[in-house]
Amino acid sequence: MLADVLPQLGPATVGGLAFGAIYALIALGYTMVYGVLRLINFAHSEIFMIGTFAALLVLNIIGLSGPLSGFALFGMLLLLFVAAMAVSGGSAVLLEQIAYRPLRRRGGSRLAALISAIGASIFLQELFALLVIPDVFDRPQQGGRLPVPGPRIVDRDVVFTIGNADVRIDQLIIVVAAVAMMLLLNQVVNRTRIGRGIRATAQDPESAVLMGVSIDAVVRLTFLLGGAMAGVAGVLYLMEFENTNYFVGFLLGIKAFTAAVLGGIGNLRGALLGGFLLGLVENWGAVLIELIPGVVGGSQWKDVIAFVILVIVLLFRPTGILGESLQVARA
Amino acid sequence: MSRLRQLRDRWSATIDRVRDWWHDASGWQRWTLYGLLIVLALFAPSQAVGSVMSPFTDWPSLLFNPIGIYILLALGLNIVVGYAGLLDLGYVAFFAIGAYTLAYLSTKYGWSFWPLLVLGIALAAVSGVILGAPTLRLRGDYLAIVTLGFGEIVRITATNTDEIGGARGITNIPHPPDLPGVEFLLDPLPYYYIVVGLIVLTIVFSRRLEHSRVGRAWNAIREDEDAAELMGVPTFKFKLLAFAIGAMIGGMAGVVLAGKVIFIEPNNFPFILSATIVAAVVLGGSGNIPGVMLGAFLIAWLPERFRGFAEYRILFFGAALVLVMALRPEGLLPSRRRRAELREGSGGMGSLGAEVAGPGAADHVEAKG
Repeated sequence: MLADVLPQLGPATVGGLAFGAIYALIALGYTMVYGVLRLINFAHSEIFMIGTFAALLVLNIIGLSGPLSGFALFGMLLLLFVAAMAVSGGSAVLLEQIAYRPLRRRGGSRLAALISAIGASIFLQELFALLVIPDVFDRPQQGGRLPVPGPRIVDRDVVFTIGNADVRIDQLIIVVAAVAMMLLLNQVVNRTRIGRGIRATAQDPESAVLMGVSIDAVVRLTFLLGGAMAGVAGVLYLMEFENTNYFVGFLLGIKAFTAAVLGGIGNLRGALLGGFLLGLVENWGAVLIELIPGVVGGSQWKDVIAFVILVIVLLFRPTGILGESLQVARA
Repeated sequence: MSRLRQLRDRWSATIDRVRDWWHDASGWQRWTLYGLLIVLALFAPSQAVGSVMSPFTDWPSLLFNPIGIYILLALGLNIVVGYAGLLDLGYVAFFAIGAYTLAYLSTKYGWSFWPLLVLGIALAAVSGVILGAPTLRLRGDYLAIVTLGFGEIVRITATNTDEIGGARGITNIPHPPDLPGVEFLLDPLPYYYIVVGLIVLTIVFSRRLEHSRVGRAWNAIREDEDAAELMGVPTFKFKLLAFAIGAMIGGMAGVVLAGKVIFIEPNNFPFILSATIVAAVVLGGSGNIPGVMLGAFLIAWLPERFRGFAEYRILFFGAALVLVMALRPEGLLPSRRRRAELREGSGGMGSLGAEVAGPGAADHVEAKG
């Protein structure tokens, strides 16, 4: 029994890291907005969804003939990243203007902001299902609720092997791109002037205003950066799974939020750690759960495992593994 | 936009006038209104009302589900969110547990509806305690994600457990046994009257709780948990109680639904239903029973009424949530106390972090000291 299962753990690790990188990128958006506004930005999953479609649109316009490699691949990915980051970041800023800013002005409760976020999320999903996918992606017959296939950008070549686990080029790209983006974001938040504004606002908005920080500018930038990271995640998701749909953000968004909480929400490193950890744990769990007699199809239990881990971690570390370090904890 | 603001201000003025009148109303005036409302509920399923309210769908069925069921769920969630101030994003789990209790035990062992109603409520309460005991020590937003996870766990477990039908669900759920003079078959009317009865019971129960020691403890917890604890309120115990009572009402709604529909499957209990019920509570005016009922009614009824717009109704629903929250973040019919809290800035649920100083925000800063 155990002998059947153990060899699966290697590939599960590689797959888990790749998936975890995508979780982590999305989690950054949740964590930054939460750090600054103390708001669960429920519509962030739709910003990710928009990112996948932005990448797909660029691919459709270019009309990719076959899988790429070398410099062509690098250039193509760069182009997709820029396009998806711009579209997702822009949408996130727009979302903040429409759905959250009026509430902030009126001193609305966080509960009201949450409902506004859920409303915005429903609106964006339906907008894509009813209008954008049938019209822009030219699928009036199929309807907007079916998955939209994307082209193959990169072949699944094995780059190297660790133990019995093959590491494929696409998985390598995902992890490297995600980590690079996160390092970049970390630099922006920790080294630049405007990043200092973000940290100041997260710590104490009232004092930040007194010190001359423009809250509106900080909030806009927070949404822009978080949205851009979701855009990167969108490109990587499309490259790996080669299709997307109007509902793609839902489960990934929930998982990414779980990852953010797991690592310690409001904390950039926490999002990274939480994302990778969640990807690994749910893949391992899906393999190991088949050791329980009578359980088949372990991958169906992935989501259950993810949430059980979250509850267990929160019982022992109520503010996540790394704590809420972006700001002083406020009640 | 300015037209909308005018409309909102006129609505506020009307509501305030009604509220003041109600505040000063004497006992018999109140009882007359209660009587009128019950009569209205009893005659609501008539054809004349139906032709106006629902030209596209069978009106009595609509009154049972979603309208009646949503109102029941919203009243239950109101105890958790509105009174105790705990954000539960997995409320649909208790609804599912109630429905599955009836469906499983009645098809497998032939138990009858009425004892199962009691059992379903009890099981939901137990699951509320099981969920609450480890998680209610968490702060607000963590509780939100954990409850969301619980809702998904229940749904996925139901999908993957063959004993309770797996993804195919449970079919041929028997109807409740006949009462003298009443037959429970496909006609939605008897079920509607059950729901009305349960709604009235729930309202009485909620109001009694709200004005009891328990209700005052919830108020204190919602407004400032630390202060409540210091004043000697056993906050954890009362939060757990709110969770269990909310779960009971959710489970009750689930049993009643399963008694009518013959067939249930895990996909009847998605996350979006939890979100919809939270939206109903907040949209109507969290913590205020008439407000919550109005919110649930609107959220259940409007999409059906506008079936003429076919697919676009969900799109409008999403946009409407954003719009109403932007115009009236306190909800359509907030309670007096709630409005006072919102004027102070926090609304008892905490305010957004980086708020730009607006009306009331300054008081909030001082209060936080």
